[in-house]
Amino acid sequence: MGRYVIRRLLQMIPVFIGSTFLIFFMVYALGDPVAALFGDRAPDPATAAQIRADLHLNDPLWKQYLIYMRNIFTGDFGTAFNGQSVLSLMGSAFPVTIRLTVVAIIFEIVIGIALGVLTGMKRGKPVDTGVLLLTLVVISVPTFVTGYVLQYLFGVQLGWTSPSVSPEAPFDELILPGLVLALVSLAYVTRLTRTSIAENTRADYLRTAVAKGLPRHRIIIRHLLRNSLIPVVTFIGTDIGFLMGGAIVTERIFNIHGVGFQLYQGILRNNAPTVVGFVTILVLVFLIANLLVDLLYAVLDPRIRYA
Amino acid sequence: MRGATRVKWAVGVTAVALTAAACGSSNDSGGSSSSTGGSGGGIVRASWGDPQNPLEPADTTEVQGGKVLDLIFRGLKKYNPKTAKAENMIASSITSTDSQNFDIKLKSGWTFSNGEPVTSDSFINAWNFDTQLKNSQLNASFFQYIDGYDKVHPDATGAKATATTLSGLTKVSATEFKVRLNQKFALFPDTLGYAAFYPLPQAFFTNRKAWEAKPIGNGPYLISSYAKGSKMQLQKWNGYKGPDPAQNGGVELRVYTDNNTAYTDLQAGNLDLVDDVPVAQLPNVKSDLGNRYINVPAGIIQTIAFPLYSSRWSSANAAKVRQGLSMAIDRKGITQQIFRQTRTPATDWTSPVLGAAGGFKAGLCGDECTFNPTKAKQLIAQGGGLPGGKITISYNADTGSHKEWIDAVCNSINNVLGNNKACVGAPIGTFADFRNRITNKQLNDPFRAGWQMDYPLIQDFLQPQYFTDASSNDSHYSSPTFDKLVNEANAATSSADSVSKFQDAERQLVIDMPAIPLWYQNGSAGFSSNLSNVALNPFSVPVYNEIKVK
Repeated sequence: MGRYVIRRLLQMIPVFIGSTFLIFFMVYALGDPVAALFGDRAPDPATAAQIRADLHLNDPLWKQYLIYMRNIFTGDFGTAFNGQSVLSLMGSAFPVTIRLTVVAIIFEIVIGIALGVLTGMKRGKPVDTGVLLLTLVVISVPTFVTGYVLQYLFGVQLGWTSPSVSPEAPFDELILPGLVLALVSLAYVTRLTRTSIAENTRADYLRTAVAKGLPRHRIIIRHLLRNSLIPVVTFIGTDIGFLMGGAIVTERIFNIHGVGFQLYQGILRNNAPTVVGFVTILVLVFLIANLLVDLLYAVLDPRIRYA
Repeated sequence: MRGATRVKWAVGVTAVALTAAACGSSNDSGGSSSSTGGSGGGIVRASWGDPQNPLEPADTTEVQGGKVLDLIFRGLKKYNPKTAKAENMIASSITSTDSQNFDIKLKSGWTFSNGEPVTSDSFINAWNFDTQLKNSQLNASFFQYIDGYDKVHPDATGAKATATTLSGLTKVSATEFKVRLNQKFALFPDTLGYAAFYPLPQAFFTNRKAWEAKPIGNGPYLISSYAKGSKMQLQKWNGYKGPDPAQNGGVELRVYTDNNTAYTDLQAGNLDLVDDVPVAQLPNVKSDLGNRYINVPAGIIQTIAFPLYSSRWSSANAAKVRQGLSMAIDRKGITQQIFRQTRTPATDWTSPVLGAAGGFKAGLCGDECTFNPTKAKQLIAQGGGLPGGKITISYNADTGSHKEWIDAVCNSINNVLGNNKACVGAPIGTFADFRNRITNKQLNDPFRAGWQMDYPLIQDFLQPQYFTDASSNDSHYSSPTFDKLVNEANAATSSADSVSKFQDAERQLVIDMPAIPLWYQNGSAGFSSNLSNVALNPFSVPVYNEIKVK
């Protein structure tokens, strides 16, 4: 197991370098950010040249990348155009998005798995058909539609919550945005769990457990659910990274100043340090989440061994 | 067994988290009621956007940062929020006998909010700092008329500065200094209300980083807290001695990533003032807000500019094609249907906010800017038709929803020419890329252009955009007649003379049509019933200090 973890960690290095270089390359391909700084006014060449030199924009791409990576390893993620260090942007954005993701994941786990088990056990019954239809609707309606509708309904019409989230973004204000963010994945978790459960109800070991006369809750939780959760855990694991990076729409609707917002601003203003810095962290989150998922398999299914 | 404990642990964590979340939700009503309680203290809660650059007077190019500077600074002059006229603020007088040498006297008693007096040094030091090349201030070019600018800030690529101070600035006493320009410029005093010319306290020079984190100015408000990217709280500065003190306790600027959310917050009573009503809400804004909706012209004009450096547009007859295209655009229809009256069809190259005395002349462009399909078709044919039979109009697709109106403009042109492929929109991904292609002369066909005035002067609408080699002459238009008239206008000794000469210059644009004027943009704002006396100034920024809170 220890050797497995070390090997996985070592594999992360090329993935990390490759992905950051790709991101760097893509932001670089967006073009020169200096002209846009001046708005509709054409920059005078001297000031533009001065800014380019300060930002190393005249160097070839590989050299810029090396400078960037060297700075990262000394803990310097660069500066956004408004003079704020990217590190401090991360410090304010990541906690907010992590809280939002936690809320979303909890919704996915609790509601998604519960609905999945329910429908999986009652296959073909009206409950099953109803939930399936519901998940179909949720998957097909775009997030920004559900977002705006729920925001208007709960925020303006009913007045239960505030339509926007305050800069501090405490957990209680994130419940509605978290639900909106979770909805689509939640529907997938429900469907995944349902299929998995439905398959395993016919498995031999389950028949054995029933024949042994084990209590029903023990059969479901220890035997049925534990085996059925493997694909679900894989999905939720990769979803963590997806939710954190993909929260742009939800964060925009509810005015949450998190990772999605900073990424959006960075891309809009062609600010390479912001975009590359944030995506670098997201890449790390993806990698670690994947590793944890792989390790969790052994907990769920003792037959899985690592070498 | 080990697995089982982990599952139990996970369930436990979930349960705890859910309980925490549930407790949180019960606090929700308490949280929001306390924030409404805050507005009772006379605070205006207003929507805001994240400033693009550090908040330094000469480094702020866009409206959001400019808002803050207007709240915390006062300059030599201030533009009257109603008439747009430049009126003395810190200056007691600005005099000149030759439109080139100016004598500026300051009123005494002005201080910065940290107690430092505002003296001629506050201006001279600030202006010297703003122009130095190594400080890379984006608005340095505003000082280009001051003598010695080319030494402190040479424009050529790679050039080195040979001086650190502007030779045109001479201190006479603590309350008087002289400015010598490198050319005649009659309207120079009227430009001094612009943010780039604001004074700076010594505190700025001793610790620039600390100052940027919490700027100190000399205006009616002072910044009490600033969380970059999310919120700025400003409170009324009780030490302010100027003639326009704050009528409210303070302003809270909240950054919104989406103006739809700001509008929703206004409806829900969480926000008092939105100064950018989203286009999607325009159909129901009247029923939502009634007379709490403001829609007034601002100093912004939108045009379609032509790359006159391209062989497609440089021929002698091409001006006829440009005039024809101008006549082929149904400005009235587009402003009504797409913009729902938040734009006013343009009939000259300036803006109504200047007023007749300031140089706005309705109908100056005449027939050439009036929709006339028959004449349009004739003119385009006379000019040899569209180059290559078709044109594209470039725009940036990332912000501002330009696609809709560009498509409408092309549609209008296509209808006139009876060819639905004659004109198509050409989206460019980002504003940065769009600006780069314009700056690098890479566009061969017309592109959208917008001009937001820096100061309410006819000079600011014409010279930067159409004078030969001027800083924003994206068309690279060059007309000896136009340049001569502009020079004469700048050399005039009275501002009435100056304005009328500028209008003569503007008439040359009708003939050459380097850019087609489309419409003047309005500022739109909505406010809650907590507020009264809300108005937009000519820059379409709310006049915050005059707002009263119930």
